[in-house]
Amino acid sequence: MKPVTRIASKTVVLATRDVDTDQIMPARFLTTTSREGLGDKVFFDLRFDGAGAPRKDFVLNRPEAAGCSVLVAGRNFGCGSSREHAPWGLLDYGFEAVISSELADIFRNNALKNGLVAIVVDEETHDWLLDNPGADVVIDVENTTLTLPDERTVEFELDGFARYCLVEGTDQLGFLQRQLDAIERFEEIRPWKP
Amino acid sequence: MSTPRTLFEKVWADHVVVAETDDTPAVIYIDLHIIHEVTTPQAFSLLREQGLPVRRPDLVLATLDHSTPTTPVSSFKDLLVAGEGAARQVRQMEQNCREFGIELLGFGSGRRGIVHVIGPELGATQPGKTIVCGDSHTSTHGAFGALAFGIGTTEVGHVLATQCLLQRKPKTLAVNVDGSLPAGVTAKDVILAVIGRIGVDGGTGHVIEYRGGAIRALDMEARMTICNMSIEGGARAGMIAPDDVTFEYLEGRERAPRGADWDMALARWRSLFSDDAATFDRSVDIDAASLVPMVTFGTNPGMVVGIDEPVPAGSDPSFRKALDYMQVETGKPMSANAVDVVFVGSCTNGRISDIEEAARILEGRKVAPGVRMLVVPGSEQVKAEAEARGLDRIVVAAGAEWREAGCSMCLGMNGDIAQPGQLCVSTSNRNFEGRQGIGARTVLASPATAAASAIAGRVADPREYV
Ligand code: SF4
Repeated sequence: MKPVTRIASKTVVLATRDVDTDQIMPARFLTTTSREGLGDKVFFDLRFDGAGAPRKDFVLNRPEAAGCSVLVAGRNFGCGSSREHAPWGLLDYGFEAVISSELADIFRNNALKNGLVAIVVDEETHDWLLDNPGADVVIDVENTTLTLPDERTVEFELDGFARYCLVEGTDQLGFLQRQLDAIERFEEIRPWKP
Repeated sequence: MSTPRTLFEKVWADHVVVAETDDTPAVIYIDLHIIHEVTTPQAFSLLREQGLPVRRPDLVLATLDHSTPTTPVSSFKDLLVAGEGAARQVRQMEQNCREFGIELLGFGSGRRGIVHVIGPELGATQPGKTIVCGDSHTSTHGAFGALAFGIGTTEVGHVLATQCLLQRKPKTLAVNVDGSLPAGVTAKDVILAVIGRIGVDGGTGHVIEYRGGAIRALDMEARMTICNMSIEGGARAGMIAPDDVTFEYLEGRERAPRGADWDMALARWRSLFSDDAATFDRSVDIDAASLVPMVTFGTNPGMVVGIDEPVPAGSDPSFRKALDYMQVETGKPMSANAVDVVFVGSCTNGRISDIEEAARILEGRKVAPGVRMLVVPGSEQVKAEAEARGLDRIVVAAGAEWREAGCSMCLGMNGDIAQPGQLCVSTSNRNFEGRQGIGARTVLASPATAAASAIAGRVADPREYV
């Protein structure tokens, strides 16, 4: 995983609340056996109509969304299915961060494990971000701060370990493997075996 | 005296390999890892890239469910019914299991089925275990007093390689359902009402424990229906303390302990309950006697009303968007809506008692003209048992389709989909936009409500059909 320390970008806003992972990555694209190429499929049924033509009114299809790598999402983004294809698709599409006032647990876990900076800000900041699409923001992962265009800086919520892994570009499997002695000991001494 | 603990806290503490600190999450041992074809290929690729073996293949339960056709399969050609990608994925899973030494309960095993149906049915799901699967409805297994939750594919790789997971300890939410359920009101109605009450994000960061007289009175399959939809309330896991109903269900099952092992397990299981003085971070009380059959009207499972109540009004843009998508009107009950498709199945309601519940209503009646009804057993064993009891004949005589086991129209990955604009009354768990096919409109309900709706040709109250 590449280290992620700082993201500076204009925001793109998808204000709908409770956007589920079926919206982010429809099930029919889950037959892949690879992580690659899912960017084309992300938000597919919101981006394209039944005939495959782009829906002009969908935010990602507007010219100003091009190149934006920070997605500001409505509350409870990523709810529903545990499919990791959702963050894989968002990353492959070009997003580096998702900001909301609340993120679904499994989605947030999956995102962070893949280097997609999924962060939660307070309601007031979230409301401001929803109302100001295209805002230039800076996410400082190391210091867990978000800087808004007027230089206002707010703290965001990010688990310390997840932050460490993002900043170092460390994948968590390596950390777990270093616990193998403890795992073996646990297996030996536990009073019952599964 | 030791500190009073909740059921969750007891199971959690029993699995801490390395305690959590401010800087690092806990290392939690996993007793049972269930895998299926859709969320594992990339995890096996990772093992291959890093030259790692599966550390405890004996603790992995593997099956095929999500992208399998619900028409009979005896060759690769039969798999293609579900599409080429789906067929390839099934083949890949078979190969991965062979290569890594994992027993696969695949086609022809007689034990294949939806991950959350076969774990309990085989007796592999047991009280006090930690259970994970790359699937959010893993919460189902919590009905046995297990700590069971869904994980992503990266975490599937972690568990395959180390049998452990890195986890922060979640908070606890008690959902107390007291009193007794009125006739015609089922577990599905209870859980839909709970989600309506707490909201689709009400359980975020929490593990739910379902408690109270109405929960205790449910059989195991109904308890599974309840725990299954914990994720629809945002919770990672839902649990119910095991009791004699649980033990009776498990005794004698293929993978349940036997003889002296059974006695030892039973003694341990009997200690798995929340101590009287234990505290929960939050709690919610629901009066069972006030509940009615519930149906969803919107595009998430929290948008739910009683079958005879009017669809509420809302001004939030997300709410209005949902009503537009569903083409339902504020102020009218859901029974005003005509039905095109009815689906009975899934890990929520695809067990033998669910099929029985639907069959009781279908018996001697006919599915309304123009309505397509699919009944898809949750596993090969459920299918065999239903057929032994003659339920398949009732289903077919009513004009519905009786299919092979799998996830089917719950997520429409295998080609079983509803068409754009069609309204589908479904016993599954998600009414998200497009979940059952592009443009398909899903109304979640119990098997009884689904069967009644199939007969009426519109969303219908099952209490009128008993
Ligand atoms: S039946 Fe539906 S919810 Fe259950 S595991 Fe299958 S796809 Fe997931």
